[in-house]
Amino acid sequence: MAEIKKLVTMLKELDDQLVNCMKCGMCQAVCPIFKRTGREADVTRGKLALVEGLAGEILKDADGVNEALNRCLLCGTCQANCPSGVQVVDIFLKARAIMTGYFGLSPAKKLIFRRLLAHPGLFNLLTGMASKFQGMFIKPADQIIGSSCARFNAPVVGDRHFKGLAQKPLRKIVSSLDEPAGKSGLRVAFFPGCVVDKMYPDVGTASLKALRHHGVGVFLPSGQACCGIPALSSGDRATFESLVRQNLAKFRAGQFDYLLTPCATCTSTIKELWPTMYKGADADVQALKELAEKTMDISQFLVDVIGVDVQAASSKAPKVTYHDPCHLKNSLGVTAQPRKVLKANPAYQFVEMAEAGVCCGCGGSFNINHYEMSKAIGTRKAENVIASGADVAATSCPACMMQLTDMLSRQGKGVRVKHVIECYAEMISSAD
Amino acid sequence: MSANAALIKEFETLLGKENVLTSETDLHSYSYDAAVLDSKTPALVLRPTNSEALGKAVALCNENELKITVRGAGTNLSGGTIPHPGGVVILTNALNKILEINEQDLYARVQPGVVTAQFAAEVASRGLFYPPDPGSQAVSTLGGNVAENAGGLRGLKYGVTKDYVMGVDFFDVDGQLVKSGSRTVKCVTGYNLTGLMVASEGTLGVFESITLKLIPPVPAAKSMMAVFPSMNAAADTVAAIIAAKIVPATLELMDNFTIRTVENFRKAGLPVDAEALLLIEVDGHPAQVAEEAEKVEAICKANKATSVTVAQDAAQRDKVWQARRDALPALAKLRPTCVLEDATVPRSKIPAMIDALGAISKKYDLTIGTFGHAGDGNLHPTILTDKRDTHEWERVEKAIDEIFEKALGLGGTLSGEHGIGMAKSKYLAKETSKATLEYSRKMKSVLDPKGILNPGKIIGW
Ligand SMILES: Cc1cc2nc3c(=O)[nH]c(=O)nc-3n(C[C@H](O)[C@H](O)[C@H](O)COP(=O)(O)OP(=O)(O)OC[C@H]3O[C@@H](n4cnc5c(N)ncnc54)[C@H](O)[C@@H]3O)c2cc1C
Ligand code: SF4
Ligand code: SF4
Ligand code: SF4
Repeated sequence: MAEIKKLVTMLKELDDQLVNCMKCGMCQAVCPIFKRTGREADVTRGKLALVEGLAGEILKDADGVNEALNRCLLCGTCQANCPSGVQVVDIFLKARAIMTGYFGLSPAKKLIFRRLLAHPGLFNLLTGMASKFQGMFIKPADQIIGSSCARFNAPVVGDRHFKGLAQKPLRKIVSSLDEPAGKSGLRVAFFPGCVVDKMYPDVGTASLKALRHHGVGVFLPSGQACCGIPALSSGDRATFESLVRQNLAKFRAGQFDYLLTPCATCTSTIKELWPTMYKGADADVQALKELAEKTMDISQFLVDVIGVDVQAASSKAPKVTYHDPCHLKNSLGVTAQPRKVLKANPAYQFVEMAEAGVCCGCGGSFNINHYEMSKAIGTRKAENVIASGADVAATSCPACMMQLTDMLSRQGKGVRVKHVIECYAEMISSAD
Repeated sequence: MSANAALIKEFETLLGKENVLTSETDLHSYSYDAAVLDSKTPALVLRPTNSEALGKAVALCNENELKITVRGAGTNLSGGTIPHPGGVVILTNALNKILEINEQDLYARVQPGVVTAQFAAEVASRGLFYPPDPGSQAVSTLGGNVAENAGGLRGLKYGVTKDYVMGVDFFDVDGQLVKSGSRTVKCVTGYNLTGLMVASEGTLGVFESITLKLIPPVPAAKSMMAVFPSMNAAADTVAAIIAAKIVPATLELMDNFTIRTVENFRKAGLPVDAEALLLIEVDGHPAQVAEEAEKVEAICKANKATSVTVAQDAAQRDKVWQARRDALPALAKLRPTCVLEDATVPRSKIPAMIDALGAISKKYDLTIGTFGHAGDGNLHPTILTDKRDTHEWERVEKAIDEIFEKALGLGGTLSGEHGIGMAKSKYLAKETSKATLEYSRKMKSVLDPKGILNPGKIIGW
């Protein structure tokens, strides 16, 4: 363990960002964790003050500060609503990295991030094996999936209601694609993300179906690595950088107009964190910036670029509602397009639920370390879904899908969870 | 005496272990509030979940001579919740029940930790109206509002918190429940202890429950934005509107610096060349609203307004108020530290005060943006600075002194709504008198002989 002086010096680098917090306390209105506990150390203002206190050597309890920092969904709601424009998520991610540098990564995380996540081939192999034997080997599946992806929360811990690993991951269904532009004249790169790959391959195939339907050529390089957010949010910058590097090499090889993902978290990670958190060669950073500019959520692409529009639905059609993933709403401000995509399929009637824009409580590894709190936040979400009268709860992030599935299944009301793109692709005939 | 292990045990038995916070991180996170002042760490944080426990906790603190700072949301801007080092912070945010909303007699009873906006929304859902709307209402508590006598945009026509407080039940230092006020519109029973509690900033008693007046909702409103070539023209307009016997619900002012900053921030098409903007809303019965809106428009034009835009629908109305809501966030983003003052002058002295602020900003080489409630003379000169720059900070402190001196010189007051707390206690005697300060101190020393209730606030040490 490095000495505390070093920690203090590193934290001081955050000073210019920390000082922007004017301690107005307005974040208390929006933070889902604070809403549950009412404790200042759980709200943004408190956490920022703790980091400041540690940096200013007013505080000594680095452990306590670290713990407070980890009691956070990184949902970015506070940042989106902060009158002073404090870059909260950026500060928290950097502070976590500094803390991890100081305390060291836990042995389990070290194993998972450095040995598994950083090596997509091995990661795929092991999750592939786990999918076959998950009934028998619940424990290994738990360890590998449970903590491997911050957005990929443990499906088998405790009494979670989960969807297991897919029998056939997306990469086995479509290993790679390199198609020319179709009638749309556009060609896109596709980054499914690991939750889609390993848990929800149907989301991947639905995405490809929709793109094909609109005459969009797809470039899907094989061997994509995780976007890196689980490592980054645990403070493991080394693994994050290695993952970004691997992905950059894959995507650099292709020509495309947009980079699309069906994962809200991946979209915001690629757009906002790849160019800012990666510390490598200037040329790489420049390439990441260019990539980030091309990166888009798949619904946003369908609405803003392709121009899909609302269709009238019959009043007998099943009802669908929409949950805003934090990473689309708070980080990227994308809220209208997924709703429009849902309304584009006349087989569904769209209904708005209460508090659609409030975090579902998943928050990646938060769900693992603070399951009770995560469940409390998610239960409220499920109750809102049910109160809307929806038959289907749709969203744009596979991690949210997992949380919604867990929470809704507990309520036992038979509400199904789908990705927006799945709802959309249902109206495209398979001959397409 | 500070809190020892045995005493902590006692608090734990009283409140439950989870409601007695002692970790370094928890203590540190209650060492500050929204004021730009140095933090002070308490020795203990208590979070009572019912009023009986609140009373007993107060009594136990008094027995042990532990200084108490009650804290709602900690959004006050005058250091009212910065604790006494080694003292106790009592949190009210678990005391958040609306006890009663009486639709027949138009009052409500609440615990002190109820959040203002949640209360207002609940009242509105019953077809009634609670007007006080401080800018912090999404998080501030009603206990904090009463203790600061908070005001809001609607202060001009509808008054401030004190105009809605019908009664406060509070614990004295011995933990005895003192009842004041009533549920009737009229009440002259005994001393006006309710009045004494309003703006007492936690120095005279700990609120246990509050009775608040409600009014019928307003059926219609109209908003407009008027652009002026000079601050004088805007101020003349304010005076002329009131002289025409029209009391707008809201009458807000923005100076050129604030206009430019907001425009830069939102790009909503504000007139960046304007020296001043007035944002005006009239409300009431639809016919009256239409008539008053017309009159106000004419008055603005007669007083050199270069343009007056009347909002035609909800979206346009929202645009008017968005500009006002953006004032603080937009200014706050310019520099690391943002000192929001609330010097208040008689309405007619607004141009003089604005001139003085201009001179002060020049003299001390500081950036000051000014916006505020023109209708009631409550201005918010907002100094943009960086507290870490010690030279600049010294100039800021001098500028603040001068701002208050000027406001008092113009017949104004130290605080229109943010309270005195620690930030302004040194100026108190200047505005009032030595006798006022002595009288206040004497009263405090009898009611709180051990000096445990929020020491150092309002009347100093
Ligand atoms: C962005 C922003 C905008 C603001 N806008 C306005 C505005 O428009 N108008 C305005 O007036 N103010 C405004 N304020 C100031 C502040 O929000 C108000 O003073 C508010 O009333 C404080 O409420 P609180 O719950 O945060 O109280 P706190 O800050 O927690 O406490 C304030 C005082 O009340 C005392 N207190 C709290 N509860 C009790 C109790 N139960 N018994 C006894 N004493 C108690 C405390 O000891 C302290 O002295 C603003 C602040 C911010 C940060
Ligand atoms: S809302 Fe922003 S500026 Fe205000 S306390 Fe929270 S983080 Fe700080
Ligand atoms: S990111 Fe979300 S959970 Fe974390 S402090 Fe902000 S609002 Fe709270
Ligand atoms: S955000 Fe997407 S790619 Fe990144 S770890 Fe999670 S699922 Fe994998």
